[in-house]
Amino acid sequence: MRSLFANLAKPFTQTAGLARWMLVIGVLLTAFFVVCAVFAPWLAPYGFAQSSSHGTPFPKVAPPSSQHLFGTDRLFFDVLSRTIWGARTALEVVILSIVVCVVVGVPLGIVSGFYGGWLDRILVLIMDALYAFPSFLLAIVFSFLLTGLLGGTVVAVSLSLSVIYVPQYFRVVRNTTLSAKEATYVEAARAIGASDLAIMRRYLFGNVIQSVPVLGTLNAADAILTLAGLGFLGLGIQSTDAAEWGHDLNRALADAGGGVWWTGLYPGLAIVLLVTGLTLVGEGLNETLNPTLRRRRLLPVVMPVREPTTSLPEEQS
Amino acid sequence: MSRAGSGSLPRYIFQRIVLVIPMIWVILTLVFFVLRVAPGDPVSAALGSKVSPQALANARERLGFNRPLIAQYWDYLSSVAHGDLGTTFSDNQPVLRVVRDNGGATLSLTLAAFVIALAVGIPLGLLAGRYRDSVADVVIRMFGIVSYAAPIFFVGYLLQLYVARPLGLPTSGAAGPFTVLDVHPKTHILLIDVFLTGNGADIQDVLRHLVLPAVTLGLLICGVFIRLVRVNMLTTMQADYVEAAEARGIQRGKVTWRHAFRNALVPVITVIGLQFALLLGGAVLTETTFNWPGLGQKLVYYINNRDYGAVQGIVTVFAIAVVLISLLVDIVNALIDPRVRF
Repeated sequence: MRSLFANLAKPFTQTAGLARWMLVIGVLLTAFFVVCAVFAPWLAPYGFAQSSSHGTPFPKVAPPSSQHLFGTDRLFFDVLSRTIWGARTALEVVILSIVVCVVVGVPLGIVSGFYGGWLDRILVLIMDALYAFPSFLLAIVFSFLLTGLLGGTVVAVSLSLSVIYVPQYFRVVRNTTLSAKEATYVEAARAIGASDLAIMRRYLFGNVIQSVPVLGTLNAADAILTLAGLGFLGLGIQSTDAAEWGHDLNRALADAGGGVWWTGLYPGLAIVLLVTGLTLVGEGLNETLNPTLRRRRLLPVVMPVREPTTSLPEEQS
Repeated sequence: MSRAGSGSLPRYIFQRIVLVIPMIWVILTLVFFVLRVAPGDPVSAALGSKVSPQALANARERLGFNRPLIAQYWDYLSSVAHGDLGTTFSDNQPVLRVVRDNGGATLSLTLAAFVIALAVGIPLGLLAGRYRDSVADVVIRMFGIVSYAAPIFFVGYLLQLYVARPLGLPTSGAAGPFTVLDVHPKTHILLIDVFLTGNGADIQDVLRHLVLPAVTLGLLICGVFIRLVRVNMLTTMQADYVEAAEARGIQRGKVTWRHAFRNALVPVITVIGLQFALLLGGAVLTETTFNWPGLGQKLVYYINNRDYGAVQGIVTVFAIAVVLISLLVDIVNALIDPRVRF
């Protein structure tokens, strides 16, 4: 238990100055949105698709007031509520898509790296092609397919995001597997008669999985941007199904000409802050885990006072 | 890249070109099957419900949709190989004409964005890397992170609200209606055509329309360049040859300029190729935000109309463009940096 905490705190204890600050700010920003997401029903004054309360309809595109702290938009929705609920949508999509990425990408990477041969070549070719293609366009094409099949739901959008990140997990895991399978302990395991499956599960998996957290955080930041981008194009989640910042910004854009700022500013700021938070966490982790960038905290070294080797006899002075 | 190669440049280029073909093939295959698996009949989706069943059947016959999937796939591949990208279903235009009419706008937007991103990103990145952990470094890094974290359409929205309105800059389209009438399409790239026409007021109009979209898209990539150049600068500043130069007593400023800066810039060329993919994705959003008449906006338009033919054709063009640009960048890279070839 203790070592778990020590490991979790490692990024903090091993960084100094700026890197540590960035990490702290990133964690705080991310935590803020996680709290918003988890407690959205209690924090948000209204529902995300609520346009009236106690029988009185909300005003249309009304500026911020005591009733609606962030104002209302052109669908009569409360902007503050939608901004808070949006955190929940973002978190759901990001978690789901990264889980899918890990579940698909890690085993494929291990198997491909471990066995090599034609299977490896085909997988590498497919993954490289996916990786080379503009990720946002890929997301557009897949959300075109998946929202058609599943409707504009969280699952459909998460899956189309997974498609663009799986190649990254595959690559990283495959490359680590390639070097790890040459290690002596794998040879030893083979010598005592461990099956391929056991080697992959017990010896390679633990080694390979360590590269996933940094990738996951950086992908999470990117996933939120992609989700918002799809929403902005109207390809993501429909606004009556869930609150989604990108889709809200799309509607806000139409108001920008008339000088209405509150419908777009808050969802936009939410995206910027959350992505910044996640990026800072990812960079902070990267700086501690990547030895070429790492700058360890230097503890002040106290040099012992140098004693004269031969002390002069007292009585002479 | 290829360790087994003999290290000669023509051989490297040849190997690289050979690799491009399976890459394009995989993408084309993927796009083809994804669009075929997508639910709904593409023909009725594109033509709408007003058409009679007989007309639908005719259209299906004409477009080849009642043939086996594998035959359609083969047709698609062979027509792409012949340079034919098919036609759009909803307005029955050759995809190549759509590309010609709208590709120029996307090209000028992305190029302008690149210029802005490089002009802003490289100096800032060098500065931040040179003075690591200083105030300038912190500010520049935060700028880099925030400019990456801010979605394109949000930046565009803010620019429209707080910059375009006070300055009276246009926020929609690539040119005013009078300019469009004035300019004769020669190259089908408005930015070039308007200079060929040589009318001062028109040139000004086109540039005024270009400013905000280009800045919006440029800011996205700018953050990437800042991060990249900064990290490269950090690693080159720690490199042995920089230390050696310093040990020989060469002035610090000279060491940074002649030894560290130049080597920190080499990877930028590689990354320009990778960023092109990011830029194309960003262009779709920028074009929608500013109603820019480019290929990305067309793609969104056809997607919303569920026009499979157009989506397939435009995505194919994007795929080929990206792969060719990365090929070009790799070749340029091999020309400059001999280490790549070996």
